[in-house]
Amino acid sequence: MKPVYMDNNATTSVAPEVVEAMLPYFHELYGNPSSMHSFGGQVMKEVRKAREQVSALLGASPEEIVFTSCGTESDNTAIHSALSRHPDKKHIVTSRVEHPAIRAVCAQLATQGYRVSELPVDAEGRLDLEQYKRALTPDTALVSLMWANNETGVIFPLEKAAEIARERNILFHTDAVQAVGKIAIDLAKTPIDMLSLSGHKLHAPKGIGVLYLRKGTKFSPFLLGGHQERGRRGGTEATSSIIALGVAAELALKNLEMENTFVKGLRDRLENAILSIVPNTKVNGDRTNRLPNTSNISFEFVEGEGILLMMDQYGICASSGSACTSGSLQPSHVLRAMGIPFTMAHGSIRFSLSIYNTEDEIDFVIEKLPPIIETLRGMSPYWKMGPRLCGQG
Amino acid sequence: MWDYTDKVKEHFLNPRNVGEIENPDGVAEVGSIACGDALKFTFKLDENGRILEAKFKTFGCASAIASASAMTEMVKGMTVDEAAKVTNQDIANYLGGLPEEKMHCSVLGREALEQAISFYKGAPVQAEEDKIVCECFGVTQKEIERAVRENRLATVEDVTNYTKAGGGCGNCHPLIQEIIDHVLAEAGGALPSMPKLSNIKKIKMIEETLEREIRPALKHDGGDIELVDVVGNRVMVATRGACSSCQASNQTLKNFVEVKLRELVWPELVVEEVSA
Repeated sequence: MKPVYMDNNATTSVAPEVVEAMLPYFHELYGNPSSMHSFGGQVMKEVRKAREQVSALLGASPEEIVFTSCGTESDNTAIHSALSRHPDKKHIVTSRVEHPAIRAVCAQLATQGYRVSELPVDAEGRLDLEQYKRALTPDTALVSLMWANNETGVIFPLEKAAEIARERNILFHTDAVQAVGKIAIDLAKTPIDMLSLSGHKLHAPKGIGVLYLRKGTKFSPFLLGGHQERGRRGGTEATSSIIALGVAAELALKNLEMENTFVKGLRDRLENAILSIVPNTKVNGDRTNRLPNTSNISFEFVEGEGILLMMDQYGICASSGSACTSGSLQPSHVLRAMGIPFTMAHGSIRFSLSIYNTEDEIDFVIEKLPPIIETLRGMSPYWKMGPRLCGQG
Repeated sequence: MWDYTDKVKEHFLNPRNVGEIENPDGVAEVGSIACGDALKFTFKLDENGRILEAKFKTFGCASAIASASAMTEMVKGMTVDEAAKVTNQDIANYLGGLPEEKMHCSVLGREALEQAISFYKGAPVQAEEDKIVCECFGVTQKEIERAVRENRLATVEDVTNYTKAGGGCGNCHPLIQEIIDHVLAEAGGALPSMPKLSNIKKIKMIEETLEREIRPALKHDGGDIELVDVVGNRVMVATRGACSSCQASNQTLKNFVEVKLRELVWPELVVEEVSA
C-alpha cells in the first residue's frame, strides 16, 4: 500500500534531486574537506556551495551558516551560547508553545538559577506583543521564540518581536524549523541574531541542521573539537548531508511559491471539506496567520489515536495532539496553552502537506475520514451526551 | 508507534459488544473525557445468574477500546462472583499483553466491571472514605494502593502507567512514592511474586506452550508428549513415541519441558510424568 503521506511537519521525503546530489559523497568523493589533498579539497568546494545555497534561502551571508547535526543541536547551542556570553544575565524569555528542544533546555536552566518567562498564547495560538514587551528586563539574556508552530502552523510576528528585542539590546533566537521553506524569510531585513533549521523538514535527509549566526553575534561553541565551521562547531563535516541540504535549500527557494499556492490550495480544500462534512469539528490556530501546509483539526468526543490507527488502515499518515499518542498522559502542551477544551484536544489531528501531495490524495482522505469519525463516535459514550469532568468518575 | 499485539489491533478494529443495554442489571461509568479515556459498561444476567449480555462504549485510544471489548467477551457466561475475580492483568493477558504505558486501559476495564457489579449488588459505588492523590487525573489513594498490590508496582512511573496518577503536573509524585513504600512495608517488603492466573487460563497457556514450543522439538527426535491433567501447579504429562522408552526422558521433562513452562506460563509449575 502506497502511503498517503500528510505528516510533513514530522519529517519529509528526501527529494529525488537531493538523493542524487548526495550519493557520490559516500563512495567516490568521500574525502575529508579539511584534508590538504585535492581529493578532500574538492569536497570542501561543494560544502562551500551548500553554504551559499542555504544562505540564499535565508537572506543571509554564507559565513553566517553553521552546519549542525539537527534542529535540536542548533537550539541547544543557541541557548547555551547566549547564556555563557552573558554570564551576568539570568533571565530567558520564551513561549509556552515551543518545541521540546527549547522547552527541555529552559526547564533544566530553571533548576540552575535562571528565571524563565514562558509567554502565553491566546485561544488562536497568537502571541501578545505588549505582554512580550513587558516580559523583557535588563536581566534578560535571550529571547527564543519559534517562527511557526509545528502543531498548528501558527506564525508568530517574528519580525516585530526581533525588532523589539534589538531595541533593548537583547539577543534574539528563533526556532524556524517549521517555517524555513514554507514561508519567505529574509534575515537581511530581520534583526534575528540566531536561527535554527532542520534539513529533514525541507526534503533533505535526517541528521543535518543549521544554526544561523548573525555576523558579530557573540558566540561560544557547544561542541568543542576541530576547527570546522570556523571553530564554531567541532566535528568532521557530514559532507553528503551538507551537500544534500544545499540542494534542498535551493529547491525550497524555487518551490516557495508553489508551497503558498498549490500546497495551500490542497490544504484549504481538505480542511473545508472535512469541516463541512463532519459535524462538531474545529480548526485549531489562527487560520489567517498560518503555514500554508498545516491544518490542525479537532474532532469532538473522539480520541486521536483511534483516528490515526483507522486512517493507517488506508495508508493515511497524519499525527495527533492527543494524550495517547504523545507518550505522556495529557494532550499536547500547545493545545493546552491555547486553552482548547479536553473534549476537543484529545481528538485533534494534524495534517501537514508537501508539494508531493496530489489532488487525488486529498479526495481520498475526504472520502475515508468522515466514516472513521462516525465509527469512533458511535463507540464514544460522550457523543450526544456531553462530557463529565475528571475525578467525577 | 505503539507496539500493539495483533489481538489488540483486531479488537480495536472489530470491537465486540459495542453499545448499551437497556434496563441493565449492572451499569458503570468510569474515567472521564478530561482524563483521556472513559468507559460505560452495562451487563444483563440470564435466569441462572450468568452474564448473558455485556456491552460497552469507550472514549479513548485503541488499547482502551480493545480492553473494553476484551473484558466484555471474557465476562460473558460468568456468574457475577466469577466476573468479580477478573483482574486487569487477566484483561491484558487476554489481549496478549499491553504496552506498559497502556496498562491503565486494562485497569479502567477492571474498574468498570467492579463498579457494575457493585451496582448490581446494590452496594454504594464508593462506600469507603477515600482521598484523591492525583488531582490532574482524579486518582484516589485506594486505587493506587490496589494497583501497586495487584500488579507489584515498584516505581512512580509504574503507578502512572497503570493508573495515570502522577502523569500530569507531577506534584503528587512524593505521595505516590509514600503509598508504594507503605504497601511494600505492609507486605513485609515482598509482594506476591506473580499476579494471579486463573486455572482455565493456566491450562490454556500450558497447552499452547506445549503445542508451540515443546512438541515440535520432541517430534524432531521422534518423541512426543501429552498433557494429562493440571492440579494446582502440578502439570501431569505422559510421554509418547521415542520419549517413552528413552532413558533421558526424565531429564528432558525437568530441564526442557519444565523450564519452558516455568518461563512462559508460571514460575512455580512442576512437571510430573504419569502413565496414561
